[in-house]
Amino acid sequence: MSVNTTTTADSPASATKGVSLPAPAAATGNAKIMRTAGVILLAIGVAAPFLSGNFLIFQLTMMMIYAIAILGLNILTGINGQFSLGHGAFYAVGAYTAAIMMDQFGVGYLWTLPMAGIICFMVGFLFGLPALRLDGVYLALATFALAVVTPQLFKLSPFEHWTSGVMGIVISKPDAPFGLPLNPDQWLYFLTFAIGLLAYVCARNLVGSRTGRALMAIRDNPIAARSMGVNTALFKSLAFGVSALYTGVAGALGAIVVQYISPDSFHFALSVALVVGLVVGGVGWLPGALFGGAFIMFVPNIAEELSKGLSGAVYGVIMILMMYAIPTGLGGLLKAALGALSKRSMTR
Amino acid sequence: MSMLLEVTGLHASYGDFRVLHGLDFSVEKGGISTLLGANGAGKTTTLRALCGMIKRSGTIRFDGNDISGKATEDIVRMGVAHVPEGRGTFTGLTTEENLQCGAMTRSSRAEIARDLEQAYHWFPRLRERRNQQAGTLSGGEQQMLAIARALMLRPRLMLLDEPSFGLAPLIVQEMFSILRKVNQEEQVSMLIVEQNAGVVLELADTAYVLETGDIVMSGTAAEIRDNETIRAAYLGY
Amino acid sequence: MELLAQQLITGIATGGIYACMALAVVMIYQAIHHLNFAQGEMAMFSTFVAWQMLAWGVPYWLVIPLTVVISFAGGVAIERLVIRPLGDAPVLSHIVVFIGLFAIINSLAGFIWDFTIKPFPSPFGEGSQFGGLISNHQIGMIAVTMTVLVMLFLFFQYTRVGLAMRAAAENPASARLVGIRVGWMIALGWGMAAAIGAIAGILIAPIVFLEPNMMLSILLYGFAGAVLGGLTSPTGAVFGGFMVGIIENLAGTYIPVIGGELKLPIALFLIVTVLVFKPTGLFGRTVVQRV
Repeated sequence: MSVNTTTTADSPASATKGVSLPAPAAATGNAKIMRTAGVILLAIGVAAPFLSGNFLIFQLTMMMIYAIAILGLNILTGINGQFSLGHGAFYAVGAYTAAIMMDQFGVGYLWTLPMAGIICFMVGFLFGLPALRLDGVYLALATFALAVVTPQLFKLSPFEHWTSGVMGIVISKPDAPFGLPLNPDQWLYFLTFAIGLLAYVCARNLVGSRTGRALMAIRDNPIAARSMGVNTALFKSLAFGVSALYTGVAGALGAIVVQYISPDSFHFALSVALVVGLVVGGVGWLPGALFGGAFIMFVPNIAEELSKGLSGAVYGVIMILMMYAIPTGLGGLLKAALGALSKRSMTR
Repeated sequence: MSMLLEVTGLHASYGDFRVLHGLDFSVEKGGISTLLGANGAGKTTTLRALCGMIKRSGTIRFDGNDISGKATEDIVRMGVAHVPEGRGTFTGLTTEENLQCGAMTRSSRAEIARDLEQAYHWFPRLRERRNQQAGTLSGGEQQMLAIARALMLRPRLMLLDEPSFGLAPLIVQEMFSILRKVNQEEQVSMLIVEQNAGVVLELADTAYVLETGDIVMSGTAAEIRDNETIRAAYLGY
Repeated sequence: MELLAQQLITGIATGGIYACMALAVVMIYQAIHHLNFAQGEMAMFSTFVAWQMLAWGVPYWLVIPLTVVISFAGGVAIERLVIRPLGDAPVLSHIVVFIGLFAIINSLAGFIWDFTIKPFPSPFGEGSQFGGLISNHQIGMIAVTMTVLVMLFLFFQYTRVGLAMRAAAENPASARLVGIRVGWMIALGWGMAAAIGAIAGILIAPIVFLEPNMMLSILLYGFAGAVLGGLTSPTGAVFGGFMVGIIENLAGTYIPVIGGELKLPIALFLIVTVLVFKPTGLFGRTVVQRV
């Protein structure tokens, strides 16, 4: 019974405890609810581009792109317990990869996506190596530094030949292939939609696999995990790589959709927004990424509606109020709600 | 003999998990009571409940005042010093700073200085280490420091959580003889929670045996000590 | 030689500012085990308040203590009203609240005083000494920061409240058991950190000019200093801050590749390198983790 010197505030385990569905007895009921919700969401998703103007389609596409980025962050933080306040850096790398390939090497936009993914995976994995030595608040600090420094990195003169420095890169918007009756915005929407779905399914499978369990074991009790033979170092770096891959692909998509990138597009506000989206959606709850993406896409707009001059302040207030109301995000809220429902149904 | 501490129907829980199921016990003015039991019996929980560190219900009267709803800091200010499990030393502060912390709620500089000297008198080894970081003290010394720190409050009641834990028998003897002296000379009443029944039953007046959140036996220390069935069943010796 | 001396002095002067920010961050970290990412914005806002008072014609020698007091009150208020209600919420939720705070303060400052860059007068005048080796303002920066740091040291080492704060930060449960009101100690810590930040902001504003985004990079340097010194050690953080200031200036001057544009990434590089080789900083204590 010696004095325990770790505090819960420092250990990622308690901070990022995975949000999982309640007890098996009620699981089928809850699973049905979730599945129905999923189907409805899918239906809405498919119908939306035909019912909205181009600007809204653009916003919805960006929302899904952020969701994919947040999904990546969730894999790293929610599943594997490593903080990152600097994921905007990977988003930027993905975006620049796509832009440079299209602009300088004339590569087709579709090919830039897997390329961005591979390059970001490597960058993420490499960043994961020094990150192995860091935990909790220290990792948060290091990644925060990364976020602040990201725009600077892309302005550096040695790289200007490719990045065009502050001037940025302009990309032309692709048309729908095979002469499909979709305008470019709708096409990009469906492309993103498909990739998002694929990303989600892959993430789901990853989490349910042995690798996923290893990642979660590392999150919950790294020392115990290592003593059970889990190669902590490898898995943690892999987690960083996979996470960066997701966010990088999102970045590439983002570049294509927005058609222009410059170093200042990747201000640290982006990294910070991704964290906000992660928490609001529910750390460790993969579907929450969509809610998170919606939050960071639309709430700033709402804030601006409420007060043009003080939009940042309104956004901040909303963020803080959300944290008081649902500190564990939408995922945590649903878990509590479904848990309460199942308890009630069991006592009936 | 009047009661300094009277507890009736004490319930306590960690979240939804009920740990104590309605305890009744007391400590006489100037007396020493002990709460015995194995690991997991709820001994530490009881002391925490008394100090308001966890969710509890029931009646707790200290010197006639109801403290069942009070916050820890306020209970301390009434004269209750808790020497917690694990000693709770401020490892980053020096020995002397730890002692000064014990007197944080008192106002008379002169009296505090006098009590500091008295603490070093009770525990000479602490004087040698007065400017050393408390974390570098040995287990026995830290336990002495914890007790000394509690005494700096000039408490009426001292709660001690397993003071003998992890200490060599000789040190335990030394410590308990100091506690006896403190009780007799300073009129400090004590509630001692212990697994090491043998040692504490030599010191205490009254004993309670705790088993998974219930008091299963109570009586004078002598009664418990001499009762072979109890000793075999609950105290393992 | 003269260039080296000048750069060293500049390094020490700005290092003092980073030391203050590092100290503020570490003080709050020790109290609540969270990093206040909005520390810079709070300092910036305080500096604007000072600027406003100067604009209204309040004499400088009055502005500084007034700003310090207002900032102190502001820090306490933020802790009580914004941070306190969070309680035991997960770390990431705390981070989001700090981000929200950042956004609110930044936006408010921009709204009230707009985003144009404003010059900020130095309380020490525009001149310089020793043939231009060191400016009056730099002398002032070093003098003020040293005074503040020494006063804080004395406060924590030799006063009862200082001891209570240290105890509360180190072991809140034990602190309660000796009757310390831990909640008040935390609020006090926030107030002091805000006041220190205000001083840092007022001192750096004449150099970097006043605008709502001025403190982000300063905060980053402050973090770098805190990391270098160790988040568990206030003295370490101060030392770290000075080191960062010196390294930043010397590297910027003497290493050709690192011009103005790499100054900030240096901070990142520093942080990561220190953390990789000595995770608890130069003076930090290693915390033992039990399974």
